[in-house]
Amino acid sequence: MAAYKGHQMNPDKFEKSQIKIILLVLPLVIITAIPIVFIFFHAFKPMEELFAFPPKFITLHPTLDNFRKLMKASRSAGIPISKYVFNSIFITVVVVFGSLLISTMAAYSLSKLRFKGRLTIMKINQIALMFVSCAVMIPRYLIVNKLGLVDTFFAQILPLMALPVGLFLIKQFVDQVPDSLIEAAYMDGAKEWTIYLKVIIPLIKPAIATAAILVFQQVWTNIEASNYYVNDESLKSLAFYMNTLASTSTSNTVAGQGISAAASLIMFLPNLILFCILQRQVMNTMAYSGIK
Amino acid sequence: MSEKSLLKKNKQTSSVGRRMHSNPNGYWFVLPYALLFAVFILAPVVMAVVLSFTNFNAIQFPKFVGFLNYINLITSDDTFMKFVLPNTVKYALIVGVGGYILSFLLAWALANLPKGLRTVFALILYSPSMTTGVAMAVLWKILFTGDQTGYINSWLMSIGAIDEPIIWLVNTNYLLPIVIIIGLWSSMGVGFLSILAGLLNVDESLYEAAAIDGVKNRFQEMIYVTIPCMKPQMLFAAVMQIVGAFQNGMISTLLAGNPTPGYAAQLIVNHVEDYGFIRYEMGYAAAVSVVLLLIVQIFSKLSNRLFGEKE
Repeated sequence: MAAYKGHQMNPDKFEKSQIKIILLVLPLVIITAIPIVFIFFHAFKPMEELFAFPPKFITLHPTLDNFRKLMKASRSAGIPISKYVFNSIFITVVVVFGSLLISTMAAYSLSKLRFKGRLTIMKINQIALMFVSCAVMIPRYLIVNKLGLVDTFFAQILPLMALPVGLFLIKQFVDQVPDSLIEAAYMDGAKEWTIYLKVIIPLIKPAIATAAILVFQQVWTNIEASNYYVNDESLKSLAFYMNTLASTSTSNTVAGQGISAAASLIMFLPNLILFCILQRQVMNTMAYSGIK
Repeated sequence: MSEKSLLKKNKQTSSVGRRMHSNPNGYWFVLPYALLFAVFILAPVVMAVVLSFTNFNAIQFPKFVGFLNYINLITSDDTFMKFVLPNTVKYALIVGVGGYILSFLLAWALANLPKGLRTVFALILYSPSMTTGVAMAVLWKILFTGDQTGYINSWLMSIGAIDEPIIWLVNTNYLLPIVIIIGLWSSMGVGFLSILAGLLNVDESLYEAAAIDGVKNRFQEMIYVTIPCMKPQMLFAAVMQIVGAFQNGMISTLLAGNPTPGYAAQLIVNHVEDYGFIRYEMGYAAAVSVVLLLIVQIFSKLSNRLFGEKE
C-alpha cells in the first residue's frame, strides 16, 4: 500500500513544497495589484510629479493637493461635495439595511417555513442570478418612470434593494441552521417573528455580513440610478459626481488625472476596508454557496 | 390567529406536523422581497421580452411588429454580425470561460498555502472586482494614455518594445484586447471566493481514500476528488463568472465612447446601450438584450451539464 503522504490542502504552516506554488501565483498577484497600487500613488502625487516626464510610478513627495482640488472643484459647481457625500451615505445605509432585512426574512421563510409556491420562488430567484442587469436598463427605467419615482430618493433606493445573489447566499446559510433548534423554539411557544429575531438572525451573521458587502458594493459605486432616474443635481450620488468629474477632467489635462485618481480612491477604499474587516465571515458563507 | 389559539394548536398537533403543513406566515416573510424583486428585476426582463416584439421610440405607444426586430438583427444589422457578435463571443470565451478556469487554478493554488499568506493573496486578487469596472475606468484611461506621457507607452518605450507611442484607446487593433485584459483583471470575484471556500471544505479523508485507491498525483486528485466534491460551488462560480463578465463589458464604452472606434470593442451590452439610449430604438434594443440574456442562459445550461447534480 502506498504510504499516504498527507495532502497539502489548507496546510497549517509553511513548507518547502509551497515555494513552487508561491512562485507560480506571485506574478499574477503582483500584476493584479499594480493598478490598485498605482491609484494610491497617483492620488497623492504633487503637480510636478504628475507632469514629470518620463512619468513616474512611485510618488516621492506625497501631498493631499489632489483631494483639496477635488473639494474646490465641487464648490465651484454650485452644489457642495458634502451634499453628494450625504446623499450617497444616506442611500447606501438605507439600501444595505433594507436589503438585509427583506433578504433575511425571505431566506428564513424560504428555508424553514412550508408554504405553497416556496420552491417556485426559489427557482425563479436562482434563475435571476443569471440576469445581466445592464441588459434591461431600458425597461427598468420605464418602470421607475411609471411608478413616479423619477427625481426622488426612492428611485435610487428601491430598485437596488432586492439582490438575488444576496438572498441566495443567505438562504443557503439558513439551510444549515438545524431544524431541531426551531422545533425547540416552537415548543417554547415562540412565533415565527420571534424565531426569526432570536434564533435565525444570531446564527446567520456571517451570511448577513457577506450580503452586506455585496449590497454595499452595488450601491456605493452605482451610477446608473443617478444617471438615468434622477435629473435633480442635488439628489445625485457621490459615485455619479466622481464619474462626471473623472470623465470631464481626465479627457486630456494631466492635472485632472490627479483629481480623478483621488476620486477613484475615495470610491474604492470603503469597499476594501469593509472586505478586510469581514473577510472571515465571507469565506465562511461561501462554503455554502453551491447551487445544487 | 391569537397567541393563545396558536399555543393551543401547538399542543394539539406536534410542532413538526404544524411546520410541515402550509404555513401562511411564510408569505408574509417573503412578501417584501418578492414584491421588490418582481417589480425591479422580474418585470424588466418580462418587459424586455414583450418590447422586443414591438417598435418603440420611448414617446409613442409601442407598436407590435412580430419578429421583425429579430429578423433585422440577423439579416440587416451589419454592425451586429460583423463586429458585435464576434467581439462578444471572443470576450465571453476569454473572460468568461478563461477567467473561470483561471479563478479555479488560482483558488486551487491558494488553497495549498497557509492561512495568512492565502488571505493576503485572496484579498489582492479579489480587490479589482470590488468596484464595478465603471469606477475604475479613470484608472485605465490614465494608464493607457495615447502619447509618450502615458504610463504604459512610456514603460514599453523604455524597455524598447515599441519606438513610438501607441494610441491605445483609439487603435482598433488594441481596443478589444485591452477590454479583455481589464475583464480578466476584475474577474476574480464572488465566484473565485466560492471556489476557494469549496476547496478548503473538501473532506480530508477523501484524499486519503483516493490515495489508497491509486490516485497518483495532484492533477488526478483534482479531477477525481476535488472537482466532484465541490460541484455546487463550481456551478455557482460559473454563473457568477459569466454574468460578471458581461456586466463588465460596459467598460469598453466608458474607455472609448459609444460606439467604440471602428466598433472594435463593441460588445453586446454596448450595442443595447447604443440603440436604447442613443438612438431611442427601444424595441430593437430590447431584442438585442433578449439575445444577451439567452447567451447567458446557454452558458449556464452548459455549466449545469458539467456540474449539476444528476438525478
